[in-house]
Amino acid sequence: MRRIRPFLLTALTLTAAGFWFFPLYWAVVTSLKPEDEVVQPGLALLPHTWSLGSYAYVFRHTAILRWYINSTGTSAIITLAVIGLSSCCGYALSQLRFPGRALLYATILASFMVPIQAMIVTHFVLMSDFGLIDSWLGVILPQLIVPVTVIIYKQFFDQIQKEFREAALLDGANEIQIFARVYMPMNWGVTTALAIITFIGAWNNFLWPFLVANSNDSMTVTVGITQVHDNFGVQYARNLAGAVIAALPVAVAYLLFQRRVTEALMLSAGIKG
Amino acid sequence: MPAPRRRGQVRDALIFTGPFVAAYLVLFVYPTARMVLMSFTDAPLVGDGGWVGLNNYFRLGRDALFLKSVGHTFYFVALTVVPTTLLGLLIAMGVLRLRGALQRIALAAFFLPYVLPVSVVYRIWEWMLDPQFGIVQYPVRLIIGHPVAMWADPLWAMPSVAFITIWWTNGFNVLLFVAGLRNISQDVLDAAALDGARGSARFRHIVWPLIWPVTALVLTIQLILQLKIFDQIYLMTQGGPFNSTYVVVQYIYRQAFQSNHGGYGATVAVVLFAVIAALSTLQFQAVRARPA
Repeated sequence: MRRIRPFLLTALTLTAAGFWFFPLYWAVVTSLKPEDEVVQPGLALLPHTWSLGSYAYVFRHTAILRWYINSTGTSAIITLAVIGLSSCCGYALSQLRFPGRALLYATILASFMVPIQAMIVTHFVLMSDFGLIDSWLGVILPQLIVPVTVIIYKQFFDQIQKEFREAALLDGANEIQIFARVYMPMNWGVTTALAIITFIGAWNNFLWPFLVANSNDSMTVTVGITQVHDNFGVQYARNLAGAVIAALPVAVAYLLFQRRVTEALMLSAGIKG
Repeated sequence: MPAPRRRGQVRDALIFTGPFVAAYLVLFVYPTARMVLMSFTDAPLVGDGGWVGLNNYFRLGRDALFLKSVGHTFYFVALTVVPTTLLGLLIAMGVLRLRGALQRIALAAFFLPYVLPVSVVYRIWEWMLDPQFGIVQYPVRLIIGHPVAMWADPLWAMPSVAFITIWWTNGFNVLLFVAGLRNISQDVLDAAALDGARGSARFRHIVWPLIWPVTALVLTIQLILQLKIFDQIYLMTQGGPFNSTYVVVQYIYRQAFQSNHGGYGATVAVVLFAVIAALSTLQFQAVRARPA
């Protein structure tokens, strides 16, 4: 018994992993079947006829390209802006002494508590005041405040030895140069990690883009693929083709940068990677 | 010398914090304050309303659908938080039994759903659960004798959304537990083995107490996360059937956006805000209590 137990536990883990992965496999395989084959009874693990027809259909009959451009554009801008705003603010909190510093730090920490879902009403009112409903900026602005990245940057800048800063000051460098040429380059790793999860988060965000973007002009692909039900009927291959297209960038980003994604998620959860 | 340096630092600090603070005030502080003010009015979503004092809050206590949605939210929390935490720990222990490439592949299989957008998760499970053609219906038919339209059945709707949520988000918990378990020193485990602690005894007396800080962290993160449930419910059941899966955030959406009751919607939002804020303090404690 003692001999077979480890083997059983390993087999159980692998089986569980298989079950966990199966829905993803099944979705991709289904999207590659012709629509009439999809509803055949039984478990056809591979398509009888391989078909890209569903993908062609999605590209021809929905605005998915437009949604893709919107998703890519807004997510990229959100990522750049979040990294820029947070790293600068984190640098000031970590390296500069100024009145109100402790208050600013405490306020940012306290804002961890605010659920963004509770703010949908007033964010919408605000974007409406600005005339930004159904625009890229309307999608982007409320997603710019990510207090946790400020805190992570502060912690990383705190760990850099003072000698680097003092040496740079002696060489006559100003704060902007120290930040841009010393502190940021020493933390490209964490910047990459945070940028990847910020991008994934912005790409995946559903609730806010769903509320603010009501036409193809600014609709993101994450929302878009849920808005075509009527056109499609119950065409599973087409629905899943849309889903695969929507998932592709984030799935690939994760598979390419697994270690970075993991690191950034741990940091956001308050665990040093 | 120190004096000018300091004045320079204040100017630099303004340059560095200015953009964030400006964005923060406009996009965060102001909307939060406005949400609280709005909750004292009968304003529509966009536009002015009259001051009604605490009336909206009194109304909450008599609002059957609101009270129902609070109940459903806690039901969803009960179905997800503890199960996903324990499952995360179990899977993490299983994954750590594997070595090398096998471990990396298994970890990726468990984690991959987590990076997907909710609408993709919805599309996948809409197909998996389809009452007529869904693959899940084979075992369901085997066990209870007939197919079930899960999202249209008041009994099954919430548990099936909870199940899918666990499938979707559990990878994150696995990750935290894997990191936590790796931190348990091999020396401690070896010493325990020398003392004869094996299997369940080793788990109960060594692993469980040592991993508890991570468990507490995962529990609080999950609790806060699942209280904010909306996306999956909205996509999969729209709160139905017969409002049996109506949840709090969806009620904010309904009042503010569908019924154009901005003031009352803001009131529900303030209540959610207060509950989450209180629980977040707990989370903060859990993180701080964790030995570094």
